[in-house]
Amino acid sequence: MPMLEVNNIHTYYGNIHALKGITLTVEQGEIVTLIGANGAGKTTTLRTISALLRPRQGNVLFEGEDLSNIPAHQMVYKGVAMVPEGRGIFSRLTVSENLDMGAFSRKDKDSMGKDLERVFTLFPRLKERRNQVAGTLSGGEQQMLAIGRAMMSHPRLLLLDEPSMGLAPVLVEAIFDTVIAINKEGTTILLVEQNATMALSVAFRGYVLQTGEIVLSDSAQNLSKNEMVQKAYLGME
Amino acid sequence: MQRRLQNINYLDLVLWLIRVSIIVIVVWGSIATLSDNPYSGRNWIDFIVFGIAQGSMYALIAIGYTLVYGVLFMINFAHGEFFMSGVMTATVFVAGPLSASGYLDRQPVISLLLILAVSMLTSVGVAVLTERIAYRPLRKAPRLVPLITAIGASFFLQYTFRGLYGSEVKPFPQVEALSGKIPFLGTELLESQLVVIIATVIMLVGLYLFVMRTKTGKAIRAVAEDKDVAALMGIDVDRTISITFALGAAMAGAAGVLYALVFRQVHFFMGFLPGLKAFTAAVLGGIGSIPGAAIGGLFLGIFESVGPPLFLDGLNVPAYHQLKDVIAFTMLVLILIFRPQGIIGERLAEKKA
Repeated sequence: MPMLEVNNIHTYYGNIHALKGITLTVEQGEIVTLIGANGAGKTTTLRTISALLRPRQGNVLFEGEDLSNIPAHQMVYKGVAMVPEGRGIFSRLTVSENLDMGAFSRKDKDSMGKDLERVFTLFPRLKERRNQVAGTLSGGEQQMLAIGRAMMSHPRLLLLDEPSMGLAPVLVEAIFDTVIAINKEGTTILLVEQNATMALSVAFRGYVLQTGEIVLSDSAQNLSKNEMVQKAYLGME
Repeated sequence: MQRRLQNINYLDLVLWLIRVSIIVIVVWGSIATLSDNPYSGRNWIDFIVFGIAQGSMYALIAIGYTLVYGVLFMINFAHGEFFMSGVMTATVFVAGPLSASGYLDRQPVISLLLILAVSMLTSVGVAVLTERIAYRPLRKAPRLVPLITAIGASFFLQYTFRGLYGSEVKPFPQVEALSGKIPFLGTELLESQLVVIIATVIMLVGLYLFVMRTKTGKAIRAVAEDKDVAALMGIDVDRTISITFALGAAMAGAAGVLYALVFRQVHFFMGFLPGLKAFTAAVLGGIGSIPGAAIGGLFLGIFESVGPPLFLDGLNVPAYHQLKDVIAFTMLVLILIFRPQGIIGERLAEKKA
């Protein structure tokens, strides 16, 4: 049984048919990426999985359980965390208050402490700045905070929306290194990216989205060799 | 292009004229009053202390406006009715009977705490129900819709309580233990005013610590910033908004009892003016900010109390004591023109686009 099963979901914004039957699976322990151009429906897919949007048709199964009808704030209790597009940090809260909010769903103080240690090991900068108001962090630090905050819920599945957005190339590499590290420690990852080169270099498998439909799915290795992908998303001729 | 520039200059000119004329009136009036010297230092201290006591109540009520605005970007015009509903209920069902039986004077502390508890709980109940029934279904509606609903809810609550308790002014019993006076800087403070000020400080500090330190308080601030992301953290947004209304209403319920201690009467329409004044105070301090509400409330209270004798007496304005509302609302207009973000308001750019 796959960890996450998305079955033929159709999501609308008002009358706009944004997702036209997306079907995908994520196995335990994988990094799976969704690549595609702006407006292809990548973020909409993630927001539907995390229950911020409701599909009109189709369903989302997590560990075999149908999650299509639970409220968004229950998702994290099920083991799904999301790093939203544009980071979504609470800019008027301090770094450690942001991390506290990441652990909002938890009551086990001991292992929360361990997770905090782990976040500070992954991102030492956050430890230095923990009493700073989050809005004053640089873009890269804010992305680290967004990922660290999601890790504070100790998720089994992590949904990452465009972690490379607006970051300098050096920082992008650093962020993707942590994505690999988080995965090696046992967290399954569904990664949405416009930076297809980076995404395919860390992912096991990938799906290509075009105007609300999946047009291609394969191993990351095969996708990066695919002619259409190379032309459209990897900037090769 | 040129025309537009001219328009801007013209507007600026008018605004400057307004500023200058206000400053001239205020300075001229103050000098005239002070050179006549109709008031002694004692009088001024009395004005200021009364202003602080009145401002404390405004501050407590203003908290409700500011908290709700923080999470929903909505002005809850029914908030004055939350204030009224608590103290009306406590007067009718608790203060009146306790006073009639003499228990109020035998055990003033227990009685007052009981009155306070009933008032706060009633306000909280009314607020949570109003939010659940009237505001929550409109969460995704355009912003004007809940605003109009709030005005409707305000009338609904006024006339519901009028129906429940009648339209006459009801006396709030005199508390003997608080009817004394304490000597202070050559004048005397009313004990009731002192109780108002101390109670307000305790409540405001408690609220501030709650919002800044507790998990629920942090969740309120997270919801104020971004409801979707807050939900992703596992925060129940609807529940948090309910709690926010409840907190604001608890403060209003307490303010109601303090109001009754000072003015010794309650009425179904009593929430209207203090509600508007507290809204003015919240805007004055910077709506959305808790310290802003406290500072705005105190400032408005003192300004209203000291302003009329200081600015208007010297100008020979007749019956200037009745013009304090004019001064308060003139100030609201001036803030909205010259400093819409308030004294310590947030820059609007920081808000979500």
